[in-house]
Amino acid sequence: MSGVSAAAPAPVLSRRFPPVAGLTTVSLGLVVIGGILMASYAPRRPPLGVPVAITVVSAALLLAGGYLTSRLRPFAWDRFFLVFWWALLAYVISAGVIGFAFVKDHVRGAPLAAVLVMLVIYALDVPLIIAFTVARYSSPAGHAGSLPDVSQPA
Amino acid sequence: MTDVGNMQAGVVGTAPVAARPAIQVVPLKGLPIVAAVVAFVIASIAGNWLWALTFCHVAGGGLWTAIDLFVGLIVGPILGRLSVAARAEFTARFMPKMVLLMPTLVLMTLAAGFQLALKLGNLSPASPNHGWLVVSYCVVGVMAVIALGVLEPANIAVLFEMRKPNPDGAVIATLMRRFVLTAGVIGVMQVATLIIMTKVATQ
Repeated sequence: MSGVSAAAPAPVLSRRFPPVAGLTTVSLGLVVIGGILMASYAPRRPPLGVPVAITVVSAALLLAGGYLTSRLRPFAWDRFFLVFWWALLAYVISAGVIGFAFVKDHVRGAPLAAVLVMLVIYALDVPLIIAFTVARYSSPAGHAGSLPDVSQPA
Repeated sequence: MTDVGNMQAGVVGTAPVAARPAIQVVPLKGLPIVAAVVAFVIASIAGNWLWALTFCHVAGGGLWTAIDLFVGLIVGPILGRLSVAARAEFTARFMPKMVLLMPTLVLMTLAAGFQLALKLGNLSPASPNHGWLVVSYCVVGVMAVIALGVLEPANIAVLFEMRKPNPDGAVIATLMRRFVLTAGVIGVMQVATLIIMTKVATQ
């Protein structure tokens, strides 16, 4: 690509961030494990203790990721939300199809509630990871010069 | 995210070079096809149609596996040896297609596959395929976390970097390193999927 600059590392590359992508990816991994546990019992009613515990930890990690992201200043918020909303739309559709399959298969009550919560977390995890990854490599709008290290709490 | 920009002028250092095509992160022309595929999958599940479920699972899974293997074991290593500029050139044309194609194939394969296994009784604990299917969930789970948590965000970030008037080669190289590494891992996992699925189909 002739238009790619091979100059010295840009501030966006050397800038350090809190582990938002890592936390949210672990959250996604936990939801996947919970989903595997639930699916491995189908079509029987699965025991909910472990899946629910996993879901709670996953939700906590998602919230932590969202909180850490919300405190980032300066940050390319315009780029973040542009990507987040489109990705959210895509993954709500994806989660909706999976949820529809469970409803169609007569999963009801607490197991269905657990699956739906997992799907909500899944539909939020992926857009957050994508939007954060895109925004962290973008320069904040109207910001010139070097960018601060935001990997530690202020 | 889906808008189409105009031709942009590329810059190396301070010297302007030839114009390059603007990058469309999500190819809009592909969206109606994706919508049709998703509608077909939903209809297959709703109607519990054996042929349609089998078609979605086999066609989607075959394409998903073949593309992952080809990209992970053939394209990925080649890409890793190219210059940053060549990688960026390839990525600009390749990744937008993958952004639409792969999530659609994955959704088609998994949703139809689960319903098919339920319909055929393979999910029953008494079925000899039950254990193999649980192993396949684990393999797919690992692939899902790698693809959704690492690969796809990096791909989309590369595309956004490429859309800038002056893309940063170092940022693209950093993100593409993820692609090269994870695509290989996913390719190997797909070999495991092939073994599992052929076992399930022949028991």
